[in-house]
Amino acid sequence: MWIAFAISAWLLGWAANVWLARRNLGSRARLLIPVVFGLTLIAIWEGVVHGFEVSPVLLPAPSAIAVRFVGSTAILWEDFVQTALKGALTGYIIGCGAAFLTAIAVDRSDFLKRGLLPVGNFVAALPIVGMAPILVMWFGFDWQSKAAVVVVMVFFPMLVNTVQGLAATDAMQRDLMRTYAAGGAQTLLKLRLPAAMPFIFNGLKIATTLALIGAIVAEFFGSPIRGMGFRISTSVGQLALDLVWAEIVVAALAGSCFYGAVATIEKSVTFWHPSQRK
Amino acid sequence: MRAVIPVLTIVAAIFVIWYGAAIALNTAWAYDKAKRADVELSFGDLVADTWSQEKPRLPAPHQVGVEIWKTTVEKKVTSKRSLIYHSWITLSATLLGFALGTGLGIALAVGIVYNRVMDLSVMPWVIASQTIPILALAPMIIVVLNAIGISGLVPKAMISMYLSFFPVVVGMVKGLRSPEVMQLDQMHTWNASGSQSFWRLRLPASMPYLFASLKIAMAASVLGAIVGELPTGAVAGLGARLLAGSYFGQTIQIWSALLMAAVLAATLVGIIGLIQKYTLKRMGMA
Repeated sequence: MWIAFAISAWLLGWAANVWLARRNLGSRARLLIPVVFGLTLIAIWEGVVHGFEVSPVLLPAPSAIAVRFVGSTAILWEDFVQTALKGALTGYIIGCGAAFLTAIAVDRSDFLKRGLLPVGNFVAALPIVGMAPILVMWFGFDWQSKAAVVVVMVFFPMLVNTVQGLAATDAMQRDLMRTYAAGGAQTLLKLRLPAAMPFIFNGLKIATTLALIGAIVAEFFGSPIRGMGFRISTSVGQLALDLVWAEIVVAALAGSCFYGAVATIEKSVTFWHPSQRK
Repeated sequence: MRAVIPVLTIVAAIFVIWYGAAIALNTAWAYDKAKRADVELSFGDLVADTWSQEKPRLPAPHQVGVEIWKTTVEKKVTSKRSLIYHSWITLSATLLGFALGTGLGIALAVGIVYNRVMDLSVMPWVIASQTIPILALAPMIIVVLNAIGISGLVPKAMISMYLSFFPVVVGMVKGLRSPEVMQLDQMHTWNASGSQSFWRLRLPASMPYLFASLKIAMAASVLGAIVGELPTGAVAGLGARLLAGSYFGQTIQIWSALLMAAVLAATLVGIIGLIQKYTLKRMGMA
């Protein structure tokens, strides 16, 4: 019965998407296709879990997760505040701000730039999350240590992107500023910072994902009795997988909203850039 | 080559800051010890002590170096205390996950490029999934796979695969679409079949994109393997060394595992860089 439901949902969703994709749709109706795809996946998931009677300890059904989500909003909100707002957001602001200021300072010296860029690129590729146990030891169990992990994680990608962005103007444009008798500060504010914005926002967008990952993983190494990472690791131990999935839904929503917010700001700041033109 | 001196300067500066920070962070404990032993510390003694504590808050670089030397060269490779043994555990999970992720990513990218329905329905999800902190899933994947009897290498490789396949999909879709209309028309005028224009035009044209995303995928894969080792309860692997070190306050052990992970990631990414250089040179692209 449920398996038949899963198979028919699959066929129906597939047919609907093929039909939708064949028609020439406007940009808004085009959003429908991924939505249908997502709903189909959830329907198949629901059908398979009930059909094969998968134990809820292994994989809870989407409906069970939804019920749990609605039922434990208080816990989820507390965890969200602890991890996303206190840990990730604080660290994100401090880390990106520090990287931005460092980049502007470094930009004045060609020597430093040539030295820092390769080192920064190197560090950006390292598994920095490994710093988490050390930082937890230094800053204690509460959100300060999570923010510190986030600062370390977002710093280098942001630094590298900003330094690259500040170098994105060409000689002709800088010469024009010179013919206007613009000083260093003016050139920076009126030409080079605006030109660097696409790169800076690229760094900011990469950093949003890193920030949440850093804050959650740092909690695996010790945290007070709240927080998304703490809840995930303890609930897995208690085999309360529906709560884990609810927590993951929160993480996904927080991550997407965070990313979406940065992307929206980017759209209004870098409206002139080719990638933003319609 | 002109970057060598600036880079060396920065690295030297990092070491100086590291030694300085070691003094600053370990001073409190050194004074504490001296007070209990009733000795006055001169500045020289203080510095010497902060650089040689057994469980410092921040070990000095040479302490970490000695620890790495002891656990790699002086221990047998099969020993559970050998860092090479732990690195190998992590490396095998990383490589398996990376291979699976790359294969899956390329297959998905080909599907997306050649199938409009897939493009319109899957691609937005691939991009959306980038904004989701996937690593949060790690403990659950490990425990669930463990419950149905799969343990050891495979669950960690799954996490690595999950992390490494997204950059490959995004890069390959871009790369397979990078040939211009004019080049595709040229293939049409030669009456090339679909598979011919795939093997001779699209695939070669996607190589620079592929290598760029392979580097990101490899770094992500190392990260996935290390985080995947955390919830298994610190059995083996670099992640387990990190966790065990943080349980018992063995800071030197944490730092040596961390440094080893850094070396591992850097080596793997470096190898891909070398292959990239050679391949692109042979293809006349670099």
